[in-house]
Amino acid sequence: MTTRITKQKANRDFLKAVQEKADVNLNSCYQCKKCSIGCPVADWIKLPPSEIIRSLQLGAGDELLNTDLIWTCLSCETCYSRCPNRINFPAVIDALKSIALEKGAAKPEGDAPLFNRLFLNTVKSYGRAYDLQAIAMYKLRTGNLKQDMDKFPTMLKKGKIAILPPSGANKDKVKRIFKKSAQNKGMEK
Amino acid sequence: MKYAYYPGCSAHSTARDMHESCLAVSKALDIELNEIKGWTCCGASAAHQTDRKLAVSLASANLLLAKQMGMDMVVNCAACYNRSKVANYEIISSEEIRESVADNLGETYDGSVPVRHFIEILLKDIGPVKLRKKIVNPLKGLKVAPYYGCYLVRPPEATNFDDPENPTIIESLIDVMGGENVEWSGKVDCCGGMQNLTRTEITVRRSAAVIEMAEAAGAECIAVACPMCQISLDVRQADMEKLLGRQYNMPVIYVTQLLGLAMGLSPTELGLNKLMVSPLAVLNKVKSAA
Repeated sequence: MTTRITKQKANRDFLKAVQEKADVNLNSCYQCKKCSIGCPVADWIKLPPSEIIRSLQLGAGDELLNTDLIWTCLSCETCYSRCPNRINFPAVIDALKSIALEKGAAKPEGDAPLFNRLFLNTVKSYGRAYDLQAIAMYKLRTGNLKQDMDKFPTMLKKGKIAILPPSGANKDKVKRIFKKSAQNKGMEK
Repeated sequence: MKYAYYPGCSAHSTARDMHESCLAVSKALDIELNEIKGWTCCGASAAHQTDRKLAVSLASANLLLAKQMGMDMVVNCAACYNRSKVANYEIISSEEIRESVADNLGETYDGSVPVRHFIEILLKDIGPVKLRKKIVNPLKGLKVAPYYGCYLVRPPEATNFDDPENPTIIESLIDVMGGENVEWSGKVDCCGGMQNLTRTEITVRRSAAVIEMAEAAGAECIAVACPMCQISLDVRQADMEKLLGRQYNMPVIYVTQLLGLAMGLSPTELGLNKLMVSPLAVLNKVKSAA
């Protein structure tokens, strides 16, 4: 796929921000493309890992925040594992996710940010994940109630998913971590 | 042998079978698992996708508790294992992260607690010699596809679990159980689990590809050590049938469940009744071989 980067728009600030957030140096990429060849979601994306790195090197900016790999990536770490120059590309994806969230980029297919928020909300409330609540809320909010309805009765009957919320966690500790993280993140900007 | 045990959230929900079989096997092998009191969520994949320092802080809270217990932390869920190992790695390699985490937690953590996956404990601490003595019901003739997925082996810098492209810990355990490992190229492929609810079609197709590879190699079941893989490969087989128009009937069984069977523990005690794809064919084969 072609990414057009106009001369006026080309800037190094975006590359710098991504590199700092991800703690990586993208200059060492020599386009061997092992990351793109091994990517398990190659069939679902237009811009594979090696091309995202090249676009960043050439000065791409906010236009990358809506690139499909960001929220299609499975965090399988195959790209990182096989990179001859040890570039932590999943950290680049996480950095792009974080910038996309901060800048309010368009909602991606499947709305993973919503699911992540709902999941972390249960962690905030109970100190541990309450998957049934996160799943139910996600399905309600995305209007996708029918999917998986055929499986839930069997899963509940077999005890393959818990009905009751988790108990026993040190909730105060988790609340403190979330509160402090939000404060520190606010100070970064 | 004594360990600090971190069950992880899925141990009480979608992976109760993993947790139950781990406890049953531990009891039979005199492995003392001391559950970390008040343990909290490691942040899973939702936290690292949101905020790197939040993710490392959530995982470090449990590592600090394990440190106070003065024992290695044993984890059964591959995803929690991965997040805890990555937390140690990032804390050791970045002063900035170490300081942010200390501020978030109100305590300093130095990244020093050894994090071990339960199957590593079985092979390395208990060892094949002692394990073999406990095998009363060898999985003779059972063809097993050893499946590692992502979280155990990647990134190798942080997990340092085994060879990232060709790990063999599960194979060694299947050998001890008397089972037969199939040779296949899918063992470190991704099941697509992270999109299980958000982009389900990706998970269904990725997991179907894994099962088809195991089938082609002649496997009668897949041995897993990760709850995300177990759910994707097992629960999604009904969706594979709908999407791809063919039958799938591949039992997806935790390594600890297979070991429990070989040690003569009951299928119920091992949570085998919780699998969506029936393991009956495997159970019958084990029984008839014994």
